[in-house]
Amino acid sequence: MREDLLKESTDVADRILELNHITKTFPGVTALDDVHFDLIQGEIHALIGENGAGKSTLIKVITGVYEPDSGQILLEGKPVRFHGPADSQRAGIAAIYQHVTCYPDLSVTENIFIGHEKVHPLTRKIDWRDLRQRAAELLERLDADFGPRTIMGNLSVAQQQIVEIAKALSTNARIIIMDEPTAPLTNRESEDLYRITESLRDKGASIIFISHRMEDMYRLATRVTVYRDARYVGTWPLAGKKREELIMAMVGREITQFFPKRSVTIGEEILSVRNLSRTGYFKDVSFSVHKGEILAITGLIGAGRTEVCEAIYGVTHPDSGEIALDGKPIQVTGPADSIRHGIGYLPEDRLRQGLVLQWELFRNVTLPTLGSFTTAGWLNTLREQAVTKELTEKLEVRASSVFDLAGTLSGGNQQKIIVAKLLAGTMKVIILDEPTKGVDVGAKTAIFRIMNDLAAQGYGIIMVSSEMPEVLGMSDRILVMKEGKVAAFLDTHTATQEQILSAAVPGSGAA
Amino acid sequence: MIDRTIRLDRSWSWRSFFFQWEWLLVLIFIAINILNSFLSPYYLDVDTFVSMPMTFLDKAFIVLPMTMVIILGNIDISVGSTVALSAVVMAVSFNAGLPMPLALVLCLVVGSVCGLINGLLMTRFRELSSVIVTLSTMIIYRGIAYIILENQASGKFPTWYSTLGWGSVGGIPIMVIAFAVCAVVFGLLLHRTSFGRRIYAMGSNLTASRYSGVKTGSIIIIVSVLTGLMAGVTALFLSSRMGSTRPNVAQGYELDVIAMVVLGGVSTAGGKGRIGGPLLAIFIIGFLNYGLGLVNIQAQDLLIVVGLLLIVSVLVLNVGFLDRKKRPVSPTRGEKEIQEEDL
Amino acid sequence: MKRAATFSENFRELGLLVFIVILCAAFQIRNHNFLTLSNIRDLLADTAILGILSVGMMMVLLTAGIDLSIGATLALAGMVSALTVFAIPTISPALSLLEGIAIGVAAGALIGLLISRFNVLPIIATLGFMNILRGITYVVSGGAWVSSYQMSDGFKSLASGTVLGVRGLVLIAVVIFVIFAYFINHTRTGRQIYAVGSNAAAADISGIPRRRIILLVYVIMGALAGLAGVLWVAKFASAQGDTATGYELSVIAATVLGGVSISGGSGKVSGLILGTILLGILNNALPLINVSPFWQQAIQGVVILAAVLTNVIVKRNNQRIALRRRAI
Repeated sequence: MREDLLKESTDVADRILELNHITKTFPGVTALDDVHFDLIQGEIHALIGENGAGKSTLIKVITGVYEPDSGQILLEGKPVRFHGPADSQRAGIAAIYQHVTCYPDLSVTENIFIGHEKVHPLTRKIDWRDLRQRAAELLERLDADFGPRTIMGNLSVAQQQIVEIAKALSTNARIIIMDEPTAPLTNRESEDLYRITESLRDKGASIIFISHRMEDMYRLATRVTVYRDARYVGTWPLAGKKREELIMAMVGREITQFFPKRSVTIGEEILSVRNLSRTGYFKDVSFSVHKGEILAITGLIGAGRTEVCEAIYGVTHPDSGEIALDGKPIQVTGPADSIRHGIGYLPEDRLRQGLVLQWELFRNVTLPTLGSFTTAGWLNTLREQAVTKELTEKLEVRASSVFDLAGTLSGGNQQKIIVAKLLAGTMKVIILDEPTKGVDVGAKTAIFRIMNDLAAQGYGIIMVSSEMPEVLGMSDRILVMKEGKVAAFLDTHTATQEQILSAAVPGSGAA
Repeated sequence: MIDRTIRLDRSWSWRSFFFQWEWLLVLIFIAINILNSFLSPYYLDVDTFVSMPMTFLDKAFIVLPMTMVIILGNIDISVGSTVALSAVVMAVSFNAGLPMPLALVLCLVVGSVCGLINGLLMTRFRELSSVIVTLSTMIIYRGIAYIILENQASGKFPTWYSTLGWGSVGGIPIMVIAFAVCAVVFGLLLHRTSFGRRIYAMGSNLTASRYSGVKTGSIIIIVSVLTGLMAGVTALFLSSRMGSTRPNVAQGYELDVIAMVVLGGVSTAGGKGRIGGPLLAIFIIGFLNYGLGLVNIQAQDLLIVVGLLLIVSVLVLNVGFLDRKKRPVSPTRGEKEIQEEDL
Repeated sequence: MKRAATFSENFRELGLLVFIVILCAAFQIRNHNFLTLSNIRDLLADTAILGILSVGMMMVLLTAGIDLSIGATLALAGMVSALTVFAIPTISPALSLLEGIAIGVAAGALIGLLISRFNVLPIIATLGFMNILRGITYVVSGGAWVSSYQMSDGFKSLASGTVLGVRGLVLIAVVIFVIFAYFINHTRTGRQIYAVGSNAAAADISGIPRRRIILLVYVIMGALAGLAGVLWVAKFASAQGDTATGYELSVIAATVLGGVSISGGSGKVSGLILGTILLGILNNALPLINVSPFWQQAIQGVVILAAVLTNVIVKRNNQRIALRRRAI
C-alpha cells in the first residue's frame, strides 16, 4: 500500500536523497522501523511527527551519526554509506540543530570557519581578510544584523542560529537539514528564518525542515512526510492538505497500552500556582492541583513545562508569582525547602539529576530525607537499609539487594528508585517529569500503577509528559503549555489528542 | 510468583576486603619504619615515637577538613596563609595587651573568618573555581600578615604556652591527644552523620545532590569554616612550639596537607575516600621526613619527596584504583552552566 | 549594533590604558623620580621578564589551566645555567640560553603530559612540580649561591647588554611578544588554543587535537620560564635556591589584570601587554612613593580577586540582558 503512495508522489530521477527500508534499533527501543524518506532536488520538505516518532533518529542516520541496521541510502541515485559525520559532510550534507554548540568566546568568523581556515601555503598564516569577507558575504546573504567580528556569546539564540546556517553554507552543502530551527525563536525572528530558508532553496539547496509549527510548514514546504511511532506514515503535497488531516496522521493510533487509571475521589486544592513568571522562560502560569488528582502538563519541547516545575520545586527561582500549599502561601528557596514542605520532584534527566549512579540503592533513596534517619546527629544506616528494602519491595524494584549500585538498574527500575526517594518522606504533592521516558512497556505499566496508588492515598500529582496516550490515559485534567504560557486547560474525559496538539502547536489555528 | 525480596546483606569477599588503598598504606608505613630503623640505631625507642609526631602533627589538623574539601571535589590552597595570619594576629594582639587566653581564642576566630570568607566567595560566585578563590585569598591573607608584622618576629609568650606544643599529659603529648580527639570528631562527622553523607553526595554528583535537597551552599560554607578553624588550631600549636611567629610561617603547608590527603587515597575527582587513608598518610609522610632527616637530608630536599608523593599518588589513583569511567577532568562549560541556575 | 559591540570589547583595554596614564601621572606627582630615563629603563627591564612569563601563562590560562610551577622552573633553569657558566666560563651566552630553555621544556613537557594524558588536575600537577623543581634547585646548588664574580661577563651581558641603546632583555621580550601575537592570532594552532578553552567538548567533536594542544601550552610555558630563568640570574647576577619564589603569583596577576579569563577561551594580547605594564608599574612605583613592600603581596591578591570578580559580574549582566531579549 505504501509503495503506491511513493510512486505517486515523485519521479525517481528528481530525487537527490532517498532512504529505503531503514531500520534502526537500540537496546529495548526501536527508533526506526522500515522507514522511507525521499527528497527532491530544490524542494523544501517538511518532516513532522510527535516527540519520539523517529525524526531525530532519521536525521542522525542521514548525517552519519548513526549507521542503520538495515536499509539503503541513495545520494543522487547512487548508494552510499556514511561511517561518520565527516563522511556526510563531505557528501554535501549539513545539519542545523536546535541547540547550537559553538565557541562562545570566539568571533562569528571563527565559529564559521574553525577547522578549515584558509591559510597561506608557505607561512601558514590565516588569511583573516579572506575569511572575514566570506563570512560577511554569507551573513549578508542571510540578512544578518551583525557583523563577522561579533563575539558569538553576545548573540541571541536566533542570531547564533544564523551563524550555524552560515557554517552549513560555508561547506557548500547541497542538502541542508534544519531540525526545529524555530523552536527557540520569537515570531518575528521566525519570519527572518523563513526568508533565509527560501533564499537558500532559490540558490539550489534542497532542504529538510523539521518543525512542529504548522505555519512553518505551510509557508515553506511543498511536501510533507509524517512519521509516527518509528514508522513511516506517508508523504503528501502540502497544497490542499488540511491541518486536521496532518494532525490525525501524526497521532492516530490504536491505544494498545493498558492504563490502569482508577477513578479516585478528588479532594480539596492542595497546590495553587498563581501568575508564576520567569523572564525568558515562562509567563503568567496559573493552575491548581487537588488531592487525589493527576494533572498532566503537556506541550512541545521548549514550551516551558520543566521550567515551571523546577521553579515550583525550587531548583530555579521565579521572578514573580505565588505558590500556596494546602492553602498557605510558601516561599521556596531551594529543593531542601520544598521537600520539607512536602513537594517532591522526579527530574527529567534521571541519570544526571535524579540519581547518584555510583551509589548503592539505599544511599540514593535516603538522600532527600537524611534528617529523618538521624538521631542526635548519628546516621542510622541499618534503618536506612530497612526502609529502602521496604520501599523497593513495595514498588517491586527488580534488584537483588539494597547494596546494588543504582547505575546497574534498568531505566524503569531507576525511576522506581527515584519514586522511592520521594516516598521515604511525607509528601503532599509529587511532580513527575517524563516518568516513563526511556522505560520499557512492562515498567511503564508498573509506574502507572504506582501513580494510581499515590493518587488514591491523597497525593496531588503533576505529570509532565509528551506522550499523548499517557496524558489521556492517566490524568484527570490536562494543562497544555505553548511558548512559555498556558495555552489550554482540558478535561481528560472529553479531550482528544487532536485538541491537545492543536493547543500545543503554534499557528495551528487554535487560541 | 517472582521472588521480589531485596536482600539486606552485602556480598563480601576476602579479595574485596584486602584490595583497598588503606592496606597499601599500612604496608608502606611498616616499610618506612623498617627503613628508618636501619638508618638509625636509636629509632626503635619509645621516646622516638612519643616525640616525633609532634614535629609534623601541627599541620595534621588541617588534613582532617581538607579531606572533606577534596571529597567535595574542591581544593584549598590558602590554608598556609590562614595559619600565618591567625598566628600573627594572635601574637600581635597579645603583645598589645590582650590576655593570652583571649588571644588564643582570637587565633581560632581569625582562622574561622578566613575560612568563612573563602566559603562566601565560593557560594556567592559559583562561576569561580575553588582554585582561583583560594589562590587569591592565599595571597591576600599572607599579605595581610606581612602588613601587620612586616619582617619581624613576634613572641614573648607566657611560659605556660609552650607546654601546649611541647608538654604531655600522662606521658602522651598534648598535641597527640588534641589531634586524636579532632580525628575522631572529623571521622564521625564524615562517616556517621548526614552532614558527611551529603559531602560525599556533592562530590559524586553535584546536580543530583541539589535536586535531592542537599543544601550545597551551606555545606561548602561549613566545610570552609572548619578548614579555617583547623588552620587556627595549627597556628596555636605551631606558635607554641616555635616560641614566636613571623609572617612567613607555614609556608608550603598547603602542599604537605594536600599531599597527605591525596596519598590517603582521596581522589581529586571527589566523592571517594575515607578518613583512615589520610590519617595513615600523615604518619607515613611524617615518619618519612623524620627518617630522611636522620641521614641529614635538608628540609629543602624534602620538597622533592613530598612533591613526588603527591604526583605519584594522583597518578596511581587515576590510572589504577579508580573506576575507568570516573576519570577526573576539569569542569566543562556544560557543568558550569548548571551552577548558574541558582543565581 | 556593530559599533556598540566593538566598543564594549575594547572597553577593558581602553580602561587599562586610561588607568595606566592616570597612575603614571599620580606617581610622578608624588615622586618626581618616577618618569626619569633611568627609572623607566629599570621599569622596562623588570617588566620584560614579567612579560616573557605572562605570554606563557596567557596560553595556559586560555586552555582553562593554571601553572604554579613557573617560579621554580625559572629558578632551576637559572641555577643550572649559572653553575654551568661558573664551571665553563667560556661557554657562549646563547648556549646558556638554550640550556635554560631545554630545562624549561623538560619540566613543561612532564607537567603537560600529566595534565593532558593522565587527567591530573593542573593545580595538583603544578603544585607538586613547583616543589619538586624547587627541591632539585636546592640539591643542584648544594645550598650555595652563585654570585656575580662567578659569572662570565658574556653571561651577564645577556641582561645588561644593549643593542642600539635598548637593553637586550627588553628586545628579547618584545620579540617574544611579536611572535606570540602572530602565533595566537594568525595561525590555526593558536586559534585552536582558544577553542579548547572556550568549549572543550565542541573542540573534541570538531576534531581539534585537544590533548596535544594542552601539552603544547605547558611546554611553551616551560620553555619561556627556562628562558626567563637564565635572563633573571644574568640580570640580578646571582642565582639562589629561592630565586623567584612566589613569582608565579605576579605573573597570574598580570595576565588576569590584562583581561585573560581564568576559565579559558578569552584574552587579548593587547590586554596582556597593558596588564603586564600596569603590574610592572605598580611593582616599580609603589616603593618610590614609600608604600612599604609588605603591602605589595596583599595588593596583588586584591588585584587578582577584583579582576576575576569583575569578569563574573559582567558575564552575569550579559546573560540577564540576553534573557530579557527572549521576550516570552
